[in-house]
Amino acid sequence: MTLQEIIEKLNLIVLTERKNFRSVIPTSGYTSDMLSCVMVGAKEHGLWVTLQAHANIVGVAALLDLSAIIITEGAMPDRNSIAKANEENIILLSTDKPTFYVVGQLWELGLREGLSE
Amino acid sequence: MGQDDVTGIISRGEELAYDLKIEQVMTREVKVVAPTTPIMRMLELFQEEHIRGVPVVSQNQLEGVITLENLLQSWRRGTHDSDIVADCMDQKMVTVNTFDPIIEALKVLTQTKSDQLTVIDKNGQLAGIITKGDVTRGLLSALQRDRHSEEVKRYRASYLFEDISSDRTSLILRYHIKARDFTKGGSASSSIKRALLQLGAPPQIARRCGIAIYEAEINLIIHTTNGGEIRVEIEPHQIVMETSDKGPGIENIELVMQPGYSTATDEIRALGFGAGMGLKNIQRCVDEMQLESIPDQGTKLVMKPKAGSKEWAFIREPTPNQGTKLVMKINLQPEDTFSKEIVTT
Repeated sequence: MTLQEIIEKLNLIVLTERKNFRSVIPTSGYTSDMLSCVMVGAKEHGLWVTLQAHANIVGVAALLDLSAIIITEGAMPDRNSIAKANEENIILLSTDKPTFYVVGQLWELGLREGLSE
Repeated sequence: MGQDDVTGIISRGEELAYDLKIEQVMTREVKVVAPTTPIMRMLELFQEEHIRGVPVVSQNQLEGVITLENLLQSWRRGTHDSDIVADCMDQKMVTVNTFDPIIEALKVLTQTKSDQLTVIDKNGQLAGIITKGDVTRGLLSALQRDRHSEEVKRYRASYLFEDISSDRTSLILRYHIKARDFTKGGSASSSIKRALLQLGAPPQIARRCGIAIYEAEINLIIHTTNGGEIRVEIEPHQIVMETSDKGPGIENIELVMQPGYSTATDEIRALGFGAGMGLKNIQRCVDEMQLESIPDQGTKLVMKPKAGSKEWAFIREPTPNQGTKLVMKINLQPEDTFSKEIVTT
């Protein structure tokens, strides 16, 4: 499943620069608002669902080579965070829906936890 | 070239089709003709210039476009010697904007089955033309630039250790980390990860080092009185990452090693830090970890990353195969030192 399909099905707002989301294929999903847990749990090229919206989520995603972050509950990153995300090539997506709903939808679309290293 | 490399290039090409702007690849030096140019002159022009269409401009205003196709249609209807460009040009021409990504030009070229499109700037003035050839050339040269700059960087960095002769060569990276500066959180770790990749470290090693040093960097930001230093020493066969600070020091090291234990404030937790997993994460990512702390004086953390399952080195020589080893040193008081060593293989 491509990121383009996920964006369309979940009606997500793209916060970072538009690019070819059809070539981005998230291989797994993970959710937590604690960055250290994400460090352990999120897999490479995975999708991360969180309600955190500050610049550090970009740093974490870049270190872990995540494909995109879905920011829930309408939380909005500031301009610097979005600029940093563009620089680090991290896709930021946003939705008003709560994390539980987003994760449920992703699960129904067939996204799973992924294999550990 | 493996299959992965090919798909890598294709998707990078696709990415570039979105990144590159039409003005970066279009032809700017464009032949234009006036609407009053005789049709007979047009055929000569197309032959001389090896082109199939030109924009029609009158008093600096774009009036339309005339193509070989238009000429053929005109002849089919029966051309008179007195006919001029204005009689058979296309006024409803398809245009694209200078600031559009080239994917737009590709879409329009395919949809309209045209050989070329007229490019206009934001004021609606003629800026150039774009053909499929322009797009291909633009993509190829961008891909080459990409590859070239990446290769040069990697080449220079990875041969550093082989080109310089000494009894022991090492590269030291130092970063000063400010306390409470969350906006910069993780920037040293990103730089370190990038440097390791440039030096030719396997991505898995660079990732593990990145995670370990990130946690240590965040600890300096959250917990230190006046920030601290990160020092990474890279040698052909090993990486040693260290963080040090001048306080406040850790009261009980065994307690901070427990998963979930954290002294972070609610404010810091609200940012997603202070899960109490930092040191555990570091332990998971590195081969050897040493934490020494003296209350009121400071803390020093030394990390030696895992070599991974495959042997590797920054120079192409076999590395000695080492088992997994975790060393934990605990200093409670300057004089009252004891160390604990856990060895696992």
